[in-house]
Amino acid sequence: MASVTSKIIEDGATVLTGSGLPMIAMALALRTRTPNVTIIFEAGGIAPRIPVLPISVSDSRTFHRAIMATSLDCVMSTAQQGYVDYGMLGAAQIDMYGNINTTIIGSYQKPKARLPGSGGGNDVGSLCWKTIIVMQQDKKRFSRKLDFLTTPGYLDGPGARERAGLPEGTGPYRVVTQLGVMGFDDSTKRMKLLAVHPGVSIEDVRANTEFDLIIASEVSVTSLPTPEEVRLLHEEIDPSHFVLR
Amino acid sequence: MEVLVKGEGPLLGWHDPDEQRKWVRDNKPRHMTDKRMDLGQAVSRFVRDGDLLAMGGFGHVRVSMASIYEMIRQKKRNVTLSGKTATHDCDLLLSSGVVSRIEVAYSFGHELRGLSPASRRMVEQGRVQVLGEVSNAGIQWRFKAAAMGLPFLPARVMLGSETFTKSSSLVAKDPFSGKNILLVPACYPDVSFVHVHRCDRFGNSQIDGVSIMDWDLARAARRLVVTTEKVVDDDVIRNEPSKTMIPFYSVDAVVEVPYGSHPANMPYLYYSDEDHIGEWLKVSRTDAGTEQYFQKYVHGVKDFKGYLELVGGQKKMDNLKEIELLKAQTTAPWAE
Repeated sequence: MASVTSKIIEDGATVLTGSGLPMIAMALALRTRTPNVTIIFEAGGIAPRIPVLPISVSDSRTFHRAIMATSLDCVMSTAQQGYVDYGMLGAAQIDMYGNINTTIIGSYQKPKARLPGSGGGNDVGSLCWKTIIVMQQDKKRFSRKLDFLTTPGYLDGPGARERAGLPEGTGPYRVVTQLGVMGFDDSTKRMKLLAVHPGVSIEDVRANTEFDLIIASEVSVTSLPTPEEVRLLHEEIDPSHFVLR
Repeated sequence: MEVLVKGEGPLLGWHDPDEQRKWVRDNKPRHMTDKRMDLGQAVSRFVRDGDLLAMGGFGHVRVSMASIYEMIRQKKRNVTLSGKTATHDCDLLLSSGVVSRIEVAYSFGHELRGLSPASRRMVEQGRVQVLGEVSNAGIQWRFKAAAMGLPFLPARVMLGSETFTKSSSLVAKDPFSGKNILLVPACYPDVSFVHVHRCDRFGNSQIDGVSIMDWDLARAARRLVVTTEKVVDDDVIRNEPSKTMIPFYSVDAVVEVPYGSHPANMPYLYYSDEDHIGEWLKVSRTDAGTEQYFQKYVHGVKDFKGYLELVGGQKKMDNLKEIELLKAQTTAPWAE
């Protein structure tokens, strides 16, 4: 997933990244295909040379040899101005319009599980041009109805973001899971399967999605990480196995 | 301006801008006086029953942990927390009974380390009340509005989401563009604690590395306690005035607490103590374990110095410095 995610972004782009797998993907991107990508962390780290995986999106690794160590205000204002090409997020639940939940499982008043909430997630999903979501896929997580809409995707369809007052032309772009890569249909803004990982079938993806998934006319197969990528991930980026356990 | 929708969340820490100006005139220090005191004094004087509390830093990074342990030691109660990316700080404050209500931007989690067993239990069992939701930019700009002396600020986040529905913001028609726009109300916490790298005896403070929300938070808080790794000579500040993040007139108390962010990270000085955080994540799975932790690390020691000795003393601090400077590798019990 980290390898596939690292290939979505073009060199020279600006990327506001959340914690966990997105962070690993960007550390890998920086060391392989896209050395000139500008990675931004919400707490104020801009363009760090990530020496080793940060544990928090604000710890000292997020501004190691950076060009600027600034504030959350500065980062979010920069995104609101339109400078940030990509936002990367994790999620507990997603629906067919790419709306995501990181707040609650169950009812708000009596939660079955209380999750951390928006954090910077809503801001990233609202303000970056294209949002990439990296998460696990199963029927509960790829849900027909979210328990809580923390971060806006395309809300209830085409034009809904703009009607709500969100910046024009923004929204979810890719969803990367352990099964494959999804995008969004241009005319309906509904989620669409674009690629599967080697050994995964379209049926496998459907069986792990509660809502009706659009299937691209040609579903491609992603490539496995190269031995060099595997080495970088395990030896340089996450040697303490914070994420890659 | 036409108001279209109002969020359901209660309006926390808002004051009419003229009322706030008078409060500033009558209460904030505008002459440079020596504000040094000990932590016990600062916590007992400035944290009151029912206060809205906001901690500086970012959960595990540059947090005034020493003041959190002191609030627990003094058995402060009935505090409302601004959960502005509150992680380890939030976990201890909720499970110790200091905080009984919270507004959530990011709480109950430990980022890569997973979710917080203790604070989630408090919320899921109804022992701590969640008052509402907000995003990180939302809460940051609530502090910014306060720091600017304004009643609100417009922003383009939270729109169309239930994070908005549960917030104290509102959506209005922007009179310039005609588009919908979010308005976040100013937030003046009753008290904040910000941990800094160095400051002088008056409270003029420098922070190395990311400032997160602290430029605005320090100015928004009605009462501000600065805890510092080191109190420096006045000239250190005057030699590089562009490095001053917090001016003396925002500061009500200065407390020197070396390693005051432990077990959280203090950029350039020491990395987060993953052994200690790991121990907390393990013992805090039960109420009994949580209670034992507080008995051992808070009530069982006289002060923060005693706590530092208990977690490994100077040897441990030296090791955390090596890790911070990338001369030693981090290991984490929660990753095994």
